[in-house]
Amino acid sequence: MRILGIESSSLVASVAIVTDDVVTAEYTVNFKKTHSQTLLPMIDEIGNMLGIDWDSLDAIAVSAGPGSFTGLRIGSATAKGLGLALKKPLIHIPTVDAMAYNLYGTSALICPIMDAKRNQVYTGWYHFEDVFEVVKAQYACGIDELLEELKVRGERVLFLGDGVPVFREFIEKHAEFPISFVPANSSRQRAASVAALGCLYFAEGKTETAAEHAPEYLRKPQAEREREAKEKQMG
Amino acid sequence: MKKRTTDEDVYILAIESSCDETAAAVVKNGREVLSNIIYSQIDLHTVYGGVVPEIASRKHIEKINQVIESALTTAGMTLEEMTAIGVTYGPGLVGALLVGVAEAKAIAYAAKKPLVGVHHIEGHVSANFIEHPDLEPPFVCLIVSGGHTHLVIVKDYGEFEILGRTRDDAAGEAFDKVARAVGLGYPGGPKIDKAAKEGNCHAIEFPRAKVEGAPFDFSFSGLKSAVLNHINHARMMGEEICVPDLVASFQKSVVDALVSRTVLAAKEYGYDKLAIAGGVASNSALRAAMKEACEKENIKFYYPSPIYCTDNAVMIGTAAYYEYINGTRHEWDLNAVPNLKLGER
Repeated sequence: MRILGIESSSLVASVAIVTDDVVTAEYTVNFKKTHSQTLLPMIDEIGNMLGIDWDSLDAIAVSAGPGSFTGLRIGSATAKGLGLALKKPLIHIPTVDAMAYNLYGTSALICPIMDAKRNQVYTGWYHFEDVFEVVKAQYACGIDELLEELKVRGERVLFLGDGVPVFREFIEKHAEFPISFVPANSSRQRAASVAALGCLYFAEGKTETAAEHAPEYLRKPQAEREREAKEKQMG
Repeated sequence: MKKRTTDEDVYILAIESSCDETAAAVVKNGREVLSNIIYSQIDLHTVYGGVVPEIASRKHIEKINQVIESALTTAGMTLEEMTAIGVTYGPGLVGALLVGVAEAKAIAYAAKKPLVGVHHIEGHVSANFIEHPDLEPPFVCLIVSGGHTHLVIVKDYGEFEILGRTRDDAAGEAFDKVARAVGLGYPGGPKIDKAAKEGNCHAIEFPRAKVEGAPFDFSFSGLKSAVLNHINHARMMGEEICVPDLVASFQKSVVDALVSRTVLAAKEYGYDKLAIAGGVASNSALRAAMKEACEKENIKFYYPSPIYCTDNAVMIGTAAYYEYINGTRHEWDLNAVPNLKLGER
């Protein structure tokens, strides 16, 4: 089985190929350059390094959100274009799930936090001591609200993601439960995790056509939110 | 001079997503339309009175594969049979452009086809080639739409000299704003065109804005303000506004400005061919007035059918063909350029 993973939901641009349970290539850049300019050249690069025939792919796994709306669409359009041309299915991977998948073999609760601005995070809760378990599916909430909910569980919590530098002080001050922050090698989105989780989904038959695929933003466009608020106000 | 034809047949799969239309087309040798698929989002944006960029981008990503697949199926061709992939990469809404650009790049890469980025306005100009086999550069062209107002000399395929542009609102934008003010709704262009047919275009004398020292530039914000002031004044006085008269007079003022400058440009620079393009080129009053003025001056007048005036991918395929045969190729790092300048590559 061979899966191409694509991750562009945040500042991280990352592509990876997993071939039969082994990461055969991964290229990750976490730097200020537009994904539009980096993502496809990165795919080209790992393809050349491996001398890959893209027809040998079984599917394309894409980190499907939440995250930067534009970033998600660049990854999504890239995956859809590849899927259309190669006639391969896509695998829709929830972004927060893939981040949690970075960490295997811990008894702690894994809690990725993505900075969603306005004191909000995109988050979710996971166990991955042995079998990957989604304890609470990815959602958006306030950081204070998240800490309240986690307190009730009383578990040790591992935080990772680009929400950590933003909320670290706040978490250290307000978390009334044991906490840890994940080290650099696993602390951000990685396409290897997207592709590896993609292998799991693929084996379970959880694929979609390239035409069907669309990102999952978890947030409506601002104009739509404002219109709904206005309509609600007017009764 | 640039190349105008090739010995081998060239098939372009073209993609356009710069605003609120998701479009794809297959074009043979630049001028033969094999398919023209447009998914218009206009109904989604009507409640907002204009295009909402984030909503447009979301719809593009949902629809783009269906639109492309449908373009190939309708043409009865496969991706493998295409010579190159053409895509609009600017100007336009950046989030919307990025969907088409990322998609086109991935398709070109995986199908091992050359990638040709196209300027949206060059596409609009090229819309005139689709139905006029005799039309070749050079000629004068006026591009008028919701986002653009340009007066250019098309010196050769893909080679432009910009004579003038709007200093403020685009012509189509002025139509939208006036239509909103009188309650005709969005999009303003077709609604004003229709309502104006019932009105007297001499009922109100609105100003024909001139830009000092720039005979080919346009300005529509003064005219727009004059119309809004007229409406406010009438409302304050408790007078009934005759919408058909008002919009006919407004439209006349816009059309006069567009026609006079474009015809003047053709005369001053010595061209006997003149074309119009862009969404506003569908406006019946503009077409009629330009036709009349051109006949008087012995200038041959060209205009696309309405389906090729609005944003579409056929025009991008036509422009991509001439770019392609003249050597334009883009790399995998092609980015969307929201303020791309005409003639830039």
